[in-house]
Amino acid sequence: MIIAEQKPIQEIKAMIASYQKILVVGCGTCVTVCMAGGEKEVGIIATSLRMALRLDGKKPEITEDCIQRQCEWEFVDALKDRISKVDAILSSACGVGVQALAERFPDKPVYPALNTTFMGMPEKHGLWIETCRGCGSCELGRFGGICPIARCSKGLLNGPCGGSQDGKCEVSKEMDCGWQLIYGRLKTLNQLDQVEEILPPKDWSTDRDKGQRRILREDVYYEQTV
Amino acid sequence: MAEFEPKLIAFCCINCPSSSVTVCESMGMSIPTNVEVVRVPCTGRVDILHLLKAIESGADGVYVAGCSDGNCQFTDGNVKANRRIERVKKLLDEIGVGGQRVEMYRMSAAMGPRFAEVAREMTERVRGLGPSPLRR
Amino acid sequence: MSRPFKEVLTSGEFVVTSEIGPPKGTNIDKMLHHIELLKDKVHGMNVTDNQSSVMRLSSLAVCHIIKDHGGEPILQMTCRDRNRMALQSDLLSAYVLGVRNVLCLTGDHISLGDHKGAKQVFDLDSVQLIAAAKNLEQGQDLGGNKLDGSVEFCVGATATPEADNMDSQLLKFRKKIKTGAEFFQTQAVYDMSMLKSFMEHTQQSNTKILAGILVLVSAGMAKYLNANVAGVTVPQELIDEIAGAEKGKALQKGMEIAARQIKQIKDENICPGVHIMAIGKEEIVPEILEMAGI
Repeated sequence: MIIAEQKPIQEIKAMIASYQKILVVGCGTCVTVCMAGGEKEVGIIATSLRMALRLDGKKPEITEDCIQRQCEWEFVDALKDRISKVDAILSSACGVGVQALAERFPDKPVYPALNTTFMGMPEKHGLWIETCRGCGSCELGRFGGICPIARCSKGLLNGPCGGSQDGKCEVSKEMDCGWQLIYGRLKTLNQLDQVEEILPPKDWSTDRDKGQRRILREDVYYEQTV
Repeated sequence: MAEFEPKLIAFCCINCPSSSVTVCESMGMSIPTNVEVVRVPCTGRVDILHLLKAIESGADGVYVAGCSDGNCQFTDGNVKANRRIERVKKLLDEIGVGGQRVEMYRMSAAMGPRFAEVAREMTERVRGLGPSPLRR
Repeated sequence: MSRPFKEVLTSGEFVVTSEIGPPKGTNIDKMLHHIELLKDKVHGMNVTDNQSSVMRLSSLAVCHIIKDHGGEPILQMTCRDRNRMALQSDLLSAYVLGVRNVLCLTGDHISLGDHKGAKQVFDLDSVQLIAAAKNLEQGQDLGGNKLDGSVEFCVGATATPEADNMDSQLLKFRKKIKTGAEFFQTQAVYDMSMLKSFMEHTQQSNTKILAGILVLVSAGMAKYLNANVAGVTVPQELIDEIAGAEKGKALQKGMEIAARQIKQIKDENICPGVHIMAIGKEEIVPEILEMAGI
């Protein structure tokens, strides 16, 4: 899922300080599960902002809502009435949700309450790690199901760098060396021969390097905008 | 000008700390009247929003009284409450209200006088901080 | 005039290389002094490439300066700061400027340096960079296009003889050899028995391994290396030895240790050469060589 974390209250406050009526909109999908922008966090953000703005002598009207998914029009459209009554929207969804609101409500300013950070999962309760970079051409089959692009801090394809020690990365002793994980797993699987091959430079054209990415599926495509 | 009397909310576990309130009362010790006690089944039930809302609604200080280490009937409700208190402290510092207005205390059922002591301690701390900036 | 490094590598004589650290800024006086001191004492001078992810004068520019002063430069290239376009372009540039040796490295992570917010590249890894250089020698770029005029390099790489993850390091080491690395300059080694056991892995190839000698300047530096630098372990007896030096004589002791190890490597024929790193104190290198009897 998409992992995000809340921006500092003062940063959010600076974005919305000039508005009187603000709707804080949460999202019930990824950011609810990663405890950054669901219904409960909307409450925390709204309450914190009310207090912070009151200290500045302001009495804004901050209302709260949370929809199932901010990345699908049918849920976003349901906000229409509530949004018509406010001056600005503060979205606690990922960047996709923020942009969906901006596109659907062209006359309302929309601001992000979160920093959208990565695709990953909770390793422990309260600890999330990045495991996929969305590079557009998955090579996990070769690396024993552990991604060197996302989990080696340099994204190396042909083996570890010299900065690996005690199974940890040179960037931080908290961070596992992705290549040690790959090597260990392939050794267990008796598949080390899979990484003996010298890999050529990766084709990054499936990554961000051809501009905004899109996928068109003829079998499910309709001209009509959903 | 009369001395400032802080308004405090205490979220209090119905196990150890609440017994401690009873012990206090049976010993003839008074709980300061400025403290409003909210009994909860376990401090693990106390959420970040409860604490924030108490401050937003005008409390000058909020504290949570949980069971002593290792004595939570639900294993670690008191530990969880403690972590939430830490988060709320950070949030209140960020907001500008000040994290010192919230605190976590741990006490056992046998520590009757401790409850009254904590109430006075927190009252003094908040008195020193002055009224909540949200009430000024 | 210096001899081509490739010629020295294949001559069978004991090879000595050292390092020149480009300055942060344009004042090259001290660096020129080091170049003058070293150019006739060593067979090649590596020029570091934004070493430790700290932005400095470019390796390529300094290689050119060394060439002008009659020295033999070894261009260090990391994959951190340039994509495959820039790396290949710089390799072509190096060639036309007369640089004939290149050392291909991964490069330290950007977060270890002085521009922590910069976007790091790592479009290629060190194995792929070696391959890119070899490809240019064949008159082709990585896009599959033909070059009008190719290059010819002596291509080197790095290895870590004291790495704790030797199995996975050897995986990469094998790939570097297979891709065509003609020489290796290793990470600092202090434990000669570990160096010897590492050398056993290299016997099947013709590649030349130059043992990394990093001159200790204090016991504090040794402890820092042990705590913070991956793949480097200074044994306790060396820390004790340098800690026991008279006040103000720690550097002298560090030089003695370095000279002793160089002599051992040469006398026992552990490696065909050494790469001496003195990090900013290059003026001590000639004396170390003299002490080692080279």
